[in-house]
Amino acid sequence: MIYEGKQKIWSEYQKDIPDDHYFYVRSCIRQSFFPASEKVFLDIARNKLGKDFFETEHHTTCGGIAYHSDAIPQETSMTIIARQFALMHKYGYQNYVCSCITSFGLYTETLETWREFPELEARIKENLWKSCKLEFAKPKYLAHASDLIYKFRNQIASQAKFKLIEKKTGRPLRVVEHIGCHYAKMFPSKGFGGAEYPYVLAGMIEAWGGEVIDYPERRHCCGFGFRQYLVKSNRGYSLSNTHKKFESMEPYKPDMIITNCPGCPYFLDRWQYVISEIEGKTYGENGHGIPVFTYEEVAGLVLGYDPWDLGLQVHQVSVEPLLDKMGVPYDPQMKYKGKNNKDIGRPELPTCACL
Amino acid sequence: MVIGGGPCGLEASAQLHKMGYNVILIEKEKQLGGHLAKWDRLFPEGIPAREVLDTLIERINGVKCFTETEVVSINLLDKEYNVILSNGITVLSKAVLMTSGFDLFPAEKKEEYGYGIYDRVITNADLENYFASKNDARIVENPKRIGFVHCVGSRDEKAGNRHCSKVCCATAVKQACEIKELFPDAEVFCFYMDLRMFGRGYEDMYLKAQRDYGIRFIRGRVSEVSETLDRQVVVKAEDTLSGKPLKVTLDLLVLMAGMQNSQAGIKVGNKIGMRRSEDGFFTTKGSILSLQECDKAGIFYAGACTGPKTLPDTLNEARAAAISVHNYFYNTEI
Repeated sequence: MIYEGKQKIWSEYQKDIPDDHYFYVRSCIRQSFFPASEKVFLDIARNKLGKDFFETEHHTTCGGIAYHSDAIPQETSMTIIARQFALMHKYGYQNYVCSCITSFGLYTETLETWREFPELEARIKENLWKSCKLEFAKPKYLAHASDLIYKFRNQIASQAKFKLIEKKTGRPLRVVEHIGCHYAKMFPSKGFGGAEYPYVLAGMIEAWGGEVIDYPERRHCCGFGFRQYLVKSNRGYSLSNTHKKFESMEPYKPDMIITNCPGCPYFLDRWQYVISEIEGKTYGENGHGIPVFTYEEVAGLVLGYDPWDLGLQVHQVSVEPLLDKMGVPYDPQMKYKGKNNKDIGRPELPTCACL
Repeated sequence: MVIGGGPCGLEASAQLHKMGYNVILIEKEKQLGGHLAKWDRLFPEGIPAREVLDTLIERINGVKCFTETEVVSINLLDKEYNVILSNGITVLSKAVLMTSGFDLFPAEKKEEYGYGIYDRVITNADLENYFASKNDARIVENPKRIGFVHCVGSRDEKAGNRHCSKVCCATAVKQACEIKELFPDAEVFCFYMDLRMFGRGYEDMYLKAQRDYGIRFIRGRVSEVSETLDRQVVVKAEDTLSGKPLKVTLDLLVLMAGMQNSQAGIKVGNKIGMRRSEDGFFTTKGSILSLQECDKAGIFYAGACTGPKTLPDTLNEARAAAISVHNYFYNTEI
């Protein structure tokens, strides 16, 4: 691996991101999968970095899952998106940041399509007025939330309570970074680092002390891939994709995986359990799985948030081995305590060594 | 004035000098010969490039030649071109012949192939250099599996080059055979779209590669390249003949970088408004009868600056351009 070669590519795919004042939209599935990630993102942005991030309960899904599953036509998803942008405008914002990678890809695709086909943009403008009586507007800047954490990665590092370093030995943690397909594969220039060697997560890992692993199936799909999972009969295909990735990364002995997509951490996390049940094989140390995180969760760990406030107890693969490596303190008794110490219930422990 | 001291410029200068014209040849590099000076052997027979180049250089005896020299400005003054050179010399030239040649497509632009990122990915030019020097740290001792990727930056809209670079297929077959000679135990794969063996002896070379050298030709474009823990390269492609995806781990991957118009030539062309076609190469006055002429009076073209060409084609164009210049001076048409 020639690191300078990657640096050269990274330098060619940089974005000039506004520093402040964003209209934030959540993902429609992340709050179920990784419930604290978006809350932690806003908390970091507002309270650790002192930025203005606005959100409204009136925004909806972008329609991405339905669009990519061919359940709704493009014009419908574009009108939904136009409504989201109109809300941004209504609340006085010009910079739009979304939590979901699929949304980011779809917003980018929509803006590019409107640029290429102004007549379509005019039709959507009309649809928006007829259906919602809202004024059409386009964002001055579109970012994915991971772009913002990337942008402020060094600021986060300067406030770090913990690093991606094994506390006992000082060894940088070996980190697999997995980028959602819709981040830059469709529009390489829209992602930090481009499509082939994205830097958005690698930059965070480096800034926070970890070592990035580049393994042969790094670019391969996590296994979600919409049709692979949404169509029940294709789920074996979804699983085989994930399996392929784990087989490929295994020799590199990763300590953890970081992702920036709603589906990727879910599938990389949950399918490890399924693989262990089917094949009796796990990919982490001591018969455990490899812990999988969202970038917000990792930023939260680095900044010293309580792991259970980050929602790490809902992961399939237990995170404690990684917390121990980083030296992050945690109270095992509090793992399944929710708000006001309410018991949130414990998983029915399967025989899987992932838990 | 002949701009570009590669094989085309050398041959054209020699021919014009022989006809009795006062020729000035300029070359931006320190040495003459262009890409030929960096090549080891030439297809189809494997003639040493050095032998050909030495002969071409011998032929320009008597031609005024400036190396490490570039065109600073070029203007038409009545019927002559006023050319100011970077060495401080100003030349009044009645005719200017562009023989600025080509640049190899920068293979790192095809990011998915990992040139400049993965240790064992090299280009056709790197391999020629290795054949000549036997020195390249990226080539391990006794590689067991070697791959060639055709059409790197050619016939590729995404790379901005729709055109075929013409020589890469034959070069890949030649290089595949040569590397097999060096490493007889190695398995050698060529990933191609379709093989364009149009020249005399090329088809024989291709047959020999399969029959005598056991080169395996796989019709399919490589989709991505990655690296294993021990620095081998993993190539993913589709074998379109068997209709199956393919993944192979190699010790060396050679990218057949295609041709595009030389940046140095374009820089000169822009100074005087030489038109370029969609493919980036200079536009000739006609596509059949006046291939050596520019639509600007007194400017001529030869070689790869008007599109990819083999070396014999380039040398023929150099001679044709010399005749075109001669006809221009005598205001005659054939």
